[in-house]
Amino acid sequence: MTTTPSTTSKAVPDEQFDDLTQQRQAVLMGMWIFLATELMLFGGIFTAFTVYRFAYPDVFAEAATHLDLKLGTLNTVLLVTSSLFMALAERAVNAERRRLTLTFLLVTISIGVIFLGIKGYEWHHEYTEKLMPILGLEFIYPGANPDRAEMFFNFYYVLTGLHAVHMSMGLVMLTVLVVFTMRWRDPPRLGRQIQINGLYWAFVDVVWVFIFTTQYLLRA
Amino acid sequence: MSEAAANQASESYLSSGWRIRDWLLTTDHKRVAWLYTISITAFFFLGGLAALVIRLELMTPDGDVVSADAYNQLFTIHGVVMVWFFLIPSIPNTLGNFLLPLMVGAKDLAFPKLNLISWYIYTVGGLFTIAAVITSGVDTGWTFYTPYSTQFADRAVVAALTGVFVVGFSSIATGINFIVTTHKMRAPGLTWFRLPLFVWANYATSLVMVLATPVLSATLILLILERMMGIGIFDPALGGDPILFQHLFWFYSHPAVYIMILPGMGVVSELITCFSRKTVFGYHGMALSILAISVFGFLVWGHHMFVSGQSLYAGLMFSLFSFFVALPSAIKTFNWTATLYKGKLIFSAVMIYALSFVGLFTIGGFTGIFLASLAVDVHVHDTYFVVAHFHYIMVGSMVTAYIGGLHFWWPKMTGRMYPELWAKVAALALFIGFNLTFFPQYLMGYAGMPRRYQTYPEDFQILHVMSSLGAGVLAIGYLLPLVYLLWSLRWGKRAPPNPWRAAGLEWRTDSPPPKHNFLEPQTVTGPPYDYDTIDNK
Ligand code: HEM
Ligand SMILES: [Cu+2]
Repeated sequence: MTTTPSTTSKAVPDEQFDDLTQQRQAVLMGMWIFLATELMLFGGIFTAFTVYRFAYPDVFAEAATHLDLKLGTLNTVLLVTSSLFMALAERAVNAERRRLTLTFLLVTISIGVIFLGIKGYEWHHEYTEKLMPILGLEFIYPGANPDRAEMFFNFYYVLTGLHAVHMSMGLVMLTVLVVFTMRWRDPPRLGRQIQINGLYWAFVDVVWVFIFTTQYLLRA
Repeated sequence: MSEAAANQASESYLSSGWRIRDWLLTTDHKRVAWLYTISITAFFFLGGLAALVIRLELMTPDGDVVSADAYNQLFTIHGVVMVWFFLIPSIPNTLGNFLLPLMVGAKDLAFPKLNLISWYIYTVGGLFTIAAVITSGVDTGWTFYTPYSTQFADRAVVAALTGVFVVGFSSIATGINFIVTTHKMRAPGLTWFRLPLFVWANYATSLVMVLATPVLSATLILLILERMMGIGIFDPALGGDPILFQHLFWFYSHPAVYIMILPGMGVVSELITCFSRKTVFGYHGMALSILAISVFGFLVWGHHMFVSGQSLYAGLMFSLFSFFVALPSAIKTFNWTATLYKGKLIFSAVMIYALSFVGLFTIGGFTGIFLASLAVDVHVHDTYFVVAHFHYIMVGSMVTAYIGGLHFWWPKMTGRMYPELWAKVAALALFIGFNLTFFPQYLMGYAGMPRRYQTYPEDFQILHVMSSLGAGVLAIGYLLPLVYLLWSLRWGKRAPPNPWRAAGLEWRTDSPPPKHNFLEPQTVTGPPYDYDTIDNK
């Protein structure tokens, strides 16, 4: 999980490792375990959501209709597309194609930013509709059982908010990778870094698919 | 290698560099282990201080030493510090950090920088929490139960929760580091079933850290959001369920109690074989039961909630699974005693610590079975019986293992021997003081003394006074090592590479080891704990 570029000669592993293969395997494994922890993090919240989804099925299904399905779908498509470009960036760096790597990374970042923009627009929209029960804001819900519906929105904001935080961290890391790519000091190392960041990006993508399914699609 | 370079390589990790940055920016796992040791020692004595005030207060039936509010804050400080900032990092981050790479024959952990960062996260998060808890009035106990924490308790609870949340990242970082190191960095020939049990124990602990801590993180996020931003997930007014919090909390915190004992089991396995001069009895069973505990540990959280209103059938299942989790624990206990059987026992201080562990763990584990029995628990839940149970395990066993391990590996870590006689005195003080403190708590708990109360009926006073006096003796047992171990740093005899004639790769290198642990790459050709061969040489 080291992200600092090496300034020393190229094919030397970090001092704790015997060789580069060992290092590569260790770093990959570290990232996979980290993703397992992320899975448990979101898993805890999804579990809580599931409990209430079963407790109040009708209210939650009804509340979900107040989310913008079109924008949600658009965002899903965008994010999956960005993962595609991330994967392409990995290929490009392994083929030692600097400009191409750079392009793919920048496209990935742009799509990510657009995703967050759309998400922000959705939140703003919900705010104006008075469907944002946060920090004591007024919550005026047109349907039945507004208190249970508020619970639905609470989960919606927790999940999408936490996801957005993860996206933002991903974007920061991708930006660092852009800088590394521009320097192009140690392409094999950069390849490893892009690979593990790609794993993270794919994970964030998968989490979104779950959020999309449970929040937007399970509607009345 | 030129001669100068060879000299530099064989220089001990302690002698190379004593500027501040050589320590605060070190990535050497052995130095990071020391950073952790210093931090957790400070937290330990802070938590201990709170405990002493509590015990002082409980000498009399009335509240006369501190106010009722202060009492609640004291047991909160005690619990929060001891569980989150002492026990969880204790053995893994000190002895584990130091020994894991040595025991697998590696130069360092897989991610040395991450290791250092984890110490910063831990220390900053810990200090932040302490500041929050001390300067305000957090009185939720270490468990932060809703709806008290979300709706009634002092707002500073948010700061405390944030601190615990942050410290969670250091657990996760450690877990990842240990797992990857164990998988990928073992010396040639060091197959899984040749690993020392200490490595197995830290490996299993790491699994729990990695899989359980994030669920706690999620739960704490939800609490913080509820308190700060009004995003009520556990709020009954919105149809939320405060009991759900308990489920999520114990889903982490029951496995976490194994974070707080498995490493101790690992330590004691090493100590007992060495001072019995015999290989561990049933090595495979030992290794597998460590794994089994860490897996089964995930299925029993509901035994903390028998009287919370969870369904009776859930209670039954949790009761049953809790019995199952005791099985591998029992296997380990039998194997330790079987290791002693017909061994050439050496009653060194280290051995006294190890034997104390086995005895105290047996008592703590047995009473765990009482508690896991649905009907009995209805009677003793939330009494001192529970308090005694978990102190027998977490303090009687784990802290004892930690101190025993610290003695055992002290020569390796510092290159110095400690005074054996004083160590024996301390070990005995610990055993006697501990039992005097906590055995009476079983009795009073069984008789109905509830936990977390400042005042109590006069009938309980004798037992409470015994307990408080015991705490004094126990404190001596803990302070003595602090004194003579520090003393030995300067005046202790120099330690040879292997003062105990112990098995294990860590004893093949110098005391203290050079920066990269071994001057030559190590290979392993035989099983662990081959004491017959060592003694016949
Ligand atoms: C041998 C297997 C064990 C069994 C069957 C067991 C069983 C139980 C049960 C049923 C309770 C709940 C009692 C109640 O609240 O009414 C409990 C509480 C507790 N146990 Fe254990 N236990 C075992 C081992 C451990 C270990 C190894 C540790 C720690 C290292 C531990 C630490 C605790 C703690 C901290 C609590 C109380 C938590 C609280 O309410 O603050 N137990 N145990
Ligand atoms: Cu438990």
